[in-house]
Amino acid sequence: MRALTWQGKQNVRVETVSDPDIVNPRDAIIRITSTAICGSDLHLYDHYIPGMKDGDVLGHEFMGEVVAVGNSRHKLKVGQRVVVPFVIACGNCFFCRKQQFAACDNSNPADKTDASEIAYGYPMAAAFGYSHLTGGYSGGQAEYVRVPYADVGPIVVPEDIEDDKVLFLSDILPTGWMAAVHCDIEPGDVVAVWGAGPVGLFAVQSAFLLGAHRVICIDHHPHRLELARGLGAEVIHFEQVKVREALAEMTGGIGPDACIDAVGLESHGMAPDNVMDHVLVKTFMATDRIHALRQVILATRKGGRVSIPGVYGGMADKFPIGALMEKGLTIKSGQTHVQKFMPQLLDMILEGKIDTTFLISHHLDLEDAAEGYKNFKEKQNEYTKVVLRPGMNPRKPLH
Amino acid sequence: MAERTSRTLGADAPLSSAKDPNPAASGLAVEDDDDELLGRTVSINRPRQELYAFWRDFTNLPLFMENIEAVEIRDERRAHWTVRGPANTDLEWDSVVVEDVPGEIIEWRSVEEADVKNSGRVEFRDSSNGRGTVVTVTLTYDPPAGALGKAFAKVFRREPKIQARQELKRFKQLMETGEIPTAERSLA
Repeated sequence: MRALTWQGKQNVRVETVSDPDIVNPRDAIIRITSTAICGSDLHLYDHYIPGMKDGDVLGHEFMGEVVAVGNSRHKLKVGQRVVVPFVIACGNCFFCRKQQFAACDNSNPADKTDASEIAYGYPMAAAFGYSHLTGGYSGGQAEYVRVPYADVGPIVVPEDIEDDKVLFLSDILPTGWMAAVHCDIEPGDVVAVWGAGPVGLFAVQSAFLLGAHRVICIDHHPHRLELARGLGAEVIHFEQVKVREALAEMTGGIGPDACIDAVGLESHGMAPDNVMDHVLVKTFMATDRIHALRQVILATRKGGRVSIPGVYGGMADKFPIGALMEKGLTIKSGQTHVQKFMPQLLDMILEGKIDTTFLISHHLDLEDAAEGYKNFKEKQNEYTKVVLRPGMNPRKPLH
Repeated sequence: MAERTSRTLGADAPLSSAKDPNPAASGLAVEDDDDELLGRTVSINRPRQELYAFWRDFTNLPLFMENIEAVEIRDERRAHWTVRGPANTDLEWDSVVVEDVPGEIIEWRSVEEADVKNSGRVEFRDSSNGRGTVVTVTLTYDPPAGALGKAFAKVFRREPKIQARQELKRFKQLMETGEIPTAERSLA
C-alpha cells in the first residue's frame, strides 16, 4: 500500500510499504477514506518528540471503511464506516473502566513501555502513527491501517454523512471539547484560549457550548483569528498587544476565569524567556518551550483554572510555580480520552449543533502529503487544516 | 496469607523496591547474597482464581514469557523448562513447586542440578479497593558462570528486571484483554 512515512527531521515521503493484516482477534483493518495532518504531527516533523524511527507510518486522525475483522463475532462488521480514535485503548483495564482511555494500561506493547515509565513514572498508552514511546503503531496517513482493540475504539457513523463532518471526532474535536470541559465553566465565566489552531478553535466552540459568557482567543495569524471571531470569540493579536495586560483590561481587572493552552511545546513569540528556551532546545539542554504556558499561568485570575490540551513531552525551564501556588490555580491536562467523548459529540454533529467543516482549508491526495506537511508548517495562516484522501486524484501514467 | 516476600523490614513497601534488596530475606531459595532479586506488582482486572489457574498450568507461561521456549509438565509438582539460547545453546532445568495455595500462592524452585539456579513466587491477592487482583511476582536466580553464563545473559538481556517487568505486563495484557498487543503491521 501507499503510506506517508517519517524519514527524519522535516523529511516525510509517500512510499510503498507492506499491507497491514489481522494480527490479533480484536483487530480490524480499515480502508482509509479521509485522514488529516495534525498539529502534533508537526512536532514529529520537526523532531521535537523522541522515539521516532525511519519509515514509521504517520497519521492519527483518520476514518474509513471496515474491510476485515479479527473474528466472526467482532462488534464491527465489514462494510461499516467508522471514525477511529487516535488513542488505542483496550476497554478492560482499570483506566479504561474509569473512561480514562488515554491512560490505557494495555495498549502499549510491553517492550515499548520502558522509556515512558522512566520518563513519566508510569508507562504511556499507545497511539496511532506516533512515537515508539506510545507503541510505534503504523498510522492512518495510508491506504489501509490495522486497528487493534477495534471493538472498543472506532465509532460507526451513518452512511449518508460526509467524511469532513465527522473526521475530526478522531482527535481534535474531542481534544478541544475536553480542554473546555477541564475549564469547569460556570455561568458568567470568561475563557481565554491561546492558539487559534484546530484544537484552539474547537476549544472556543466547545467553551461556548459549555456555557462560557465570553471567549477570548489569542494568536498571530490574522486568518485564524478571523475564524475564531466567526465562532463568536473576541481576539487578541499577540504581536501587537501585551496579552496579559489586554486580558486584564478586557475582564475589568479580574482576569479570565479559565485559560486554555492550545499551543504546546513549539510556541512562538519573541519574549526573552522564549529566546532562551529556543537556545536551550537547539543545544539539547532542555526540551519544551513553554512560553505560552507561562503567559497562561500569569494571565489566569486568582483561583482560576488552567487547561492544557497542548502537547508537551519533556521538562520545562522557568516554570512559574510561584504564580501557580500563590494564586491557587487548578491545572488539568492530558491526552484526550477520545472514546469517552465521541458518542455525545457525534450526536451534536448529527443534530447540527457542531459544524467542524469550516476549519478545512485544503483537500489533498495522499500522494501529495509531503507538500501538505510543508505548507501546514510554513503557511499556517492559510493552511488551517489539511485533509488527505487516498486516490483523490487518479494518477497520471508515468510516461 | 503468608506475605513473607512482600515487605521490607519495618516498612510497608515491598522487598523488591528496597534500595539494596537482600534475596535471603525474601525467603526464596538462593545460593548466595549475589543472587538477583526481581519483583513487581501489578493489578489485573480479573478474578484471583482465574489468574492463579492460568499461571498454575506452567505450559501457559511461554505465552507471555518470551524467552521460555516450552515448559513440559512432568508430574503434579515437577516441570521441565527449555530456553532457546544463541547458537543452539539450550538451557534446560527442572523445577518443583514448593508451595501451592490454590488461588493465592505458587512458589517454585529449580532442582539441585539445574543449569540456571532460580526460584520464583507469585502471589494473588484481592484488591482491598475493588481494583481486581493484586499480583506480585518475585524471582531470584543465580547467574551461571562461563559460556553458559554468557548465553544466559544474552537470552535474558542485560537488564533482567526489564525482562521480568515486560513478562508480567504481557500476563496482564493477555488476562485482561484476551490478547497480547503488538505494533506489527502484519504477522508476515
